Amino acid sequence: MPFKLQRREEHSAWMALFSPLIAVALMLATGAVLFASLGIDPVKGLSVYFLEPLQSAWSLQELVVKATPLILIGIGLSICYRANIWNIGAEGQFVAGALAGSYFPIMMVGWDGPFVFPAMIAAGMAGGALFALIPAALKIRFGANEILTSLLLVYVAQFFLDWLVRGPWRDPEGFNFPESRLFPSDAVTPLIIEGGRMHIGFPIALIIALLAAFYLTRTIHGFQIQVIGESPRAARFAGFSQSKMIIFAFAVSGALAGLAGILEVAGPIGQLRPVISPGYGFTAIIVAFLGRLNPIGIVIAGFVLALSYLGGEAAQVTLGISDKIARVFQGLLLFYVLACDTFIVYTFRRVGVVREAS
Amino acid sequence: MEMYEAIILTIITAATPLLLAACGELVAERAGVLNLGVEGMMIMGAVAAFAVAFSTGSPYLGIAAGIAAGAAASLPFAFLTISMVTNQVATGLALTILGLGLSGMIGDAYIGQPGVKLTPISIEGLSDLPYVGKILFSQDVIVYASVLLLLIVWFFLFKTRAGLSLRAVGDSHSSAHALGVSVRKVRYLAVIFGGACAGLAGAYLSLVYTPQWTEGMTAGRGWIAVVLVVFATWMPGRLLAGAYLFGAVLILQLHAQAAGVNIPSQFLSSLPYLATIIVLVLISRNRTLVKKNSPACLGKPFVPDV
Amino acid sequence: MTDEQSHNATPLLQARGIVKRFGSLTANDYIDLSLFPGEIHALLGENGAGKSTFVKMLYGSLRPDEGMLSWKGAEVSIKNPAMARQFGIGMVFQHFSLFEALTVEENILLALPPQQAKNLRQRIKTVSTDYGLPLDPTATIADLSVGERQRVEIVRCLLQEPDLIIMDEPTSVLTPQEADELFLVLEKLASEHKSILYISHRLDEVKRLCHRATILRHGKLISECDPQQENAKTLAAMMVGSEVADVKRVPQDLHDAKKCLVVRALNLEPDLNTGTSLVDVSFDVAKGEILCIAGIAGNGQAELFSALSGETPVSDVGAIVFEGWPCGADGIAERRRRGAAFVPEERNGHGALASLKLSKNILLSWNNANDGTTRKGIIDRMALARLEGAITEAFDVRMAHPDVEAGALSGGNLQKFVMGREVKRRPKLLIVSQPTWGVDAGAASLIRQKLVDLSRAGTTIVVISQDLDEIFEIADQVAVISEGHMSDMYPIDEVTREQVGLLMGGMDLNGPPEVTAEAMAQSLMRDREAEDAV
Repeated sequence: MPFKLQRREEHSAWMALFSPLIAVALMLATGAVLFASLGIDPVKGLSVYFLEPLQSAWSLQELVVKATPLILIGIGLSICYRANIWNIGAEGQFVAGALAGSYFPIMMVGWDGPFVFPAMIAAGMAGGALFALIPAALKIRFGANEILTSLLLVYVAQFFLDWLVRGPWRDPEGFNFPESRLFPSDAVTPLIIEGGRMHIGFPIALIIALLAAFYLTRTIHGFQIQVIGESPRAARFAGFSQSKMIIFAFAVSGALAGLAGILEVAGPIGQLRPVISPGYGFTAIIVAFLGRLNPIGIVIAGFVLALSYLGGEAAQVTLGISDKIARVFQGLLLFYVLACDTFIVYTFRRVGVVREAS
Repeated sequence: MEMYEAIILTIITAATPLLLAACGELVAERAGVLNLGVEGMMIMGAVAAFAVAFSTGSPYLGIAAGIAAGAAASLPFAFLTISMVTNQVATGLALTILGLGLSGMIGDAYIGQPGVKLTPISIEGLSDLPYVGKILFSQDVIVYASVLLLLIVWFFLFKTRAGLSLRAVGDSHSSAHALGVSVRKVRYLAVIFGGACAGLAGAYLSLVYTPQWTEGMTAGRGWIAVVLVVFATWMPGRLLAGAYLFGAVLILQLHAQAAGVNIPSQFLSSLPYLATIIVLVLISRNRTLVKKNSPACLGKPFVPDV
Repeated sequence: MTDEQSHNATPLLQARGIVKRFGSLTANDYIDLSLFPGEIHALLGENGAGKSTFVKMLYGSLRPDEGMLSWKGAEVSIKNPAMARQFGIGMVFQHFSLFEALTVEENILLALPPQQAKNLRQRIKTVSTDYGLPLDPTATIADLSVGERQRVEIVRCLLQEPDLIIMDEPTSVLTPQEADELFLVLEKLASEHKSILYISHRLDEVKRLCHRATILRHGKLISECDPQQENAKTLAAMMVGSEVADVKRVPQDLHDAKKCLVVRALNLEPDLNTGTSLVDVSFDVAKGEILCIAGIAGNGQAELFSALSGETPVSDVGAIVFEGWPCGADGIAERRRRGAAFVPEERNGHGALASLKLSKNILLSWNNANDGTTRKGIIDRMALARLEGAITEAFDVRMAHPDVEAGALSGGNLQKFVMGREVKRRPKLLIVSQPTWGVDAGAASLIRQKLVDLSRAGTTIVVISQDLDEIFEIADQVAVISEGHMSDMYPIDEVTREQVGLLMGGMDLNGPPEVTAEAMAQSLMRDREAEDAV
């Protein structure tokens, strides 16, 4: 190879800022090629996919609605990934949170009042956190790889949800549809604009992003995350406990995924169904990386990925292609952002041609 | 056919894709590369095999397409993790996401289409043997290939010089580099081999296991294959036992569902995943054993001095 | 070999105008070197002088940016190590290039061309007996000691039947006695007309062993000379460039001083199955004393540092008593809070993090609530900036701009920073592992002087070191760790380097009297008689 990687002396601040933008540009370029290969005018394809959803008030609200869970989960995952702890089961924790929070409206019929919704939120966060603590405990106690356990538990959570809505939690008046009863008004996520789609989840996500940004950069506990993530040995030297961090990171990310889950079923969906997420838990992994594991970056990245969902729907309706194209764009984006991140730490160097000494 | 024959035959069918994919992942991990994109490569293999078999009518061309698709899917992962030293975990996830998306797009046209089933090959004379004939000698070509592949991988890793180089790269890439072994080349080849195996595993799913295309039909088998490699503590022989054990769990819960056992089907369906977690926990408990055989450079990026 | 002889022959290897750059750093700046058959040629220089870079180019691991190499009179371009081996160039690495999980035989096989793989086990045995380097071909590397690993490296190199053997700091992991054995092997090889390029920064070795020496400094060729014609002072001056200040040490009488650290029957199992167990380690250090613990790397030093620092607490609370406080079971944070400070051997990724700015690196050891670096859990960035300024000034840390990332510092400057960070804590007890390992002479001298000054101001210091020069420069007392056992302590003025060397090799100074030739003969006689009787 004529070019080789060489480590920079210090991290490039310029690349740290621009690598996500370059990644998005590369994704768009690949998208153009993809559309062309499907026989679609690339300009039209890209504009249907990435611009049209931004042009109506309805879809802008929808964008916020989809970005909210992505941002919430992404922030939690960024804490894990910074600590080099690989929680990839947020999809399952999302489901667990939704189930735990839904207990009140489904099983305690008749309980209403101002405390119902806060109780659901608390239960949702606790449910997500507890479910996330399973892989954490298995890792600490037995050394079981958390990537695999957290991922496998997603399937378990989804089957459990499926059983509940087809079995004990099925709406008795629902004509045998696999759905729970609709949540009563006290158990519904409050909307920001009456009659709209946006709910209070979004401002909550923004506040959490600000808190997380402060926590990660300015507190000694946030500093621990960075040290543990980069070198367990240095962390031991500093007296930081890796086990406690594993518990903390899983609990926080699980709680945030659970919060996203209960906000979603109590908000845009309004009841439990066999499928309650279009893969938010997985897409949030991309959000976390595109946002460079920085909470503010994650807010922006959440919108980019939310747009990829809306674009997929638009492409299906307008262009007649499968909405799976959203996943393709998402996967490509993660590939590109990882590749671009390499240049924060490395630079290319031409391998010197040996000049003969005379 | 006897009941036990039917059960064993279906266990073999369920175990074969796990064995194939795990075999490829084992080679990649022995070279020091953790590829979590097995699920994505497998499903690319499944959709490619189905599509080609459907349009040509030949399951064998389908198999070839599955292998090629799996290998091709591994290329961007190989380039990123080996040449661009990206994080292997995240890149593997990207590959899985991309594979699930791309296969969904390609497969849209084939939903509900009848598949082309790969037929078994009976070995003249032997397949009529009592008790074991049907099980051992009346299988399709991929089943035979999977066992053969495992033997080849074992022989390659432990009896050949190239295999020794591959293990050396996984044990210490800097030492291997210092001795002049081309670390990147070895890793590229190992990852591509892993991709080809995963692709073949996918082809088996869409040509034999359930000869049709359904979205996401790998259903986590790629992840189970990754766990199997840990279960086998990176030793090919133990992979065989592991794959058949998991195949048995997958099948027995189906038989239980069919027999109308009084347990909700969803619980039975989660069994294979729970069993995988339990097995992973049991094997990880013995940290000395896992540590002893796990390639020391697994998951670590390699950047040589220029 | 005389100069005349050597200049009549064709050089085996000749390098002319070799240049190698890494980014902005020029590691080799027009280096010339010629090597003749049968010559032991020293490549002498400080850490960071460019020695390793140079030989990596001879071995094909790196490619020069400029310059020319010729081998046996013909111009060559060495593209990779396999090619170098084909020419007949072998190398014994400083940081071994062995594979822990593989056997001795497999390790050797990997370095040989396929056609040489036959009868390997037998050939390993032959070579190892011929040169007095006993080896078990079926042993796994992970189970071997450091000395045995070096043997594997050397045997592997010899089996390639090279004309030139490059050895990178081979004695840095050996006891003086083991080093003597190695020198015999090297002299035998030279007498067989093989050439040896011997990389070192130890002047006594070079004077003793080598026919010629090439001296590098900051990547530049300084001189080529006959080490026999030079003395240690002139060689050192060429190597370092300027006079390095001697460490000034006032002897002190510590008989009546209070014990600061008392260690009694300290036991520790290593992590997993690599590493060395500590067995009943006992010693004590008085207030203001410097105790140096000598030993070859891999004899339990890492475990000792782990246990003394509290990175790995032990179950026996009373095994470690610090100023009357039994703290064996307490963690590192608690020990720091009580006034102890620690400097681990490895700078990158243990004592400091390359990707963090220096000010953030301070938080690795200054993270307790009463260290003044945080307020209610929030990082006080002003306080960190002040500390960073004070530490870098006091320890003369040289950097491109204030508060760089630690990764941008040279080894010596980073070590000065880490040391300064801990000294700044004004500890009552300082535990330091390999304080000057891999740093340049200037930094080493500064660090050693700071350690002596600190002890004279009342701090108790334990230094774990494998550098005997360093130990004899700064220690009040010396002890030796060998295979996890600790020797008695000796006042530094009452032992010689040879005695410390014996201890490092696992001998016991107070053991039975030395076996004389006479006694041996007698014992042999007795054995024979016993056999005859049977």
